Amino acid sequence: MTTRDRPLSPHLQIYRWQWTMALSITHRITGVALAAGTLLLVWWLLAAAMGPEAYAQVEAAMAHWLGRLVLFGWSWALFYHLSNGIRHLFWDAGRGYELRTGHATAWLVVLASLALTALTWAIGYGIIGG
Amino acid sequence: MSFRTPLARARGLGSAGEGTGHWWAQRLTAIALVPLCLWFVAGILGLIGAGHGAAVAWIASPFNAILLALLIFAVFHHGQLGLQVVIEDYVHTEWRKIALIVCVKFAALILGLAALFAIGRIAFGN
Repeated sequence: MTTRDRPLSPHLQIYRWQWTMALSITHRITGVALAAGTLLLVWWLLAAAMGPEAYAQVEAAMAHWLGRLVLFGWSWALFYHLSNGIRHLFWDAGRGYELRTGHATAWLVVLASLALTALTWAIGYGIIGG
Repeated sequence: MSFRTPLARARGLGSAGEGTGHWWAQRLTAIALVPLCLWFVAGILGLIGAGHGAAVAWIASPFNAILLALLIFAVFHHGQLGLQVVIEDYVHTEWRKIALIVCVKFAALILGLAALFAIGRIAFGN
């Protein structure tokens, strides 16, 4: 029996790449990344519950350039998944399926995710003073 | 023994056998997460470099503790539902698929409970 090896959808390697498809894949990738990122959230909460020493470790890790890079990626992934998630909710309500609307909202999602990430980090760096 | 007719039992369940429950739960948690995530990002921005005392005080306030608990519930429910769909789409060997989904559900439960425990401990004092 070879049924196990039959190709099943989604056939990523077969479709011609297009803009809206890249957004769809990115929605998945950011979703998986955010699921992994919950480890950071739980670590932060547990450290806060454990005490000042454990919490200082989290703060030190997040102040490190590598920690900052992870946080930066995490924040963009969150804003992207959030923005595109709202786009998905409109589709679920039966709206926004026209080709032009689909492309326009795709651009809107990318711009919104970048703008929200930039805003968050501008505020963040404003608070710690550079 | 059930007095429900076969049609009543089958109605609305579809090919997946569980109906729209999964789909609907993913949407409900998604809607809840829109304001919760924005609130959370705004909240932790104020805690950057503020130290342990400020973080604990923020988490312990009743408003924040309750919203944080809701956020944790919605995040892990939404996350495990989403990962389940990804696994179902890309892992086609039956035992591997089921094993992975079980691992994801257990991990979500453990992490979610750990986070809720931490919030509770901070909110109610040691």
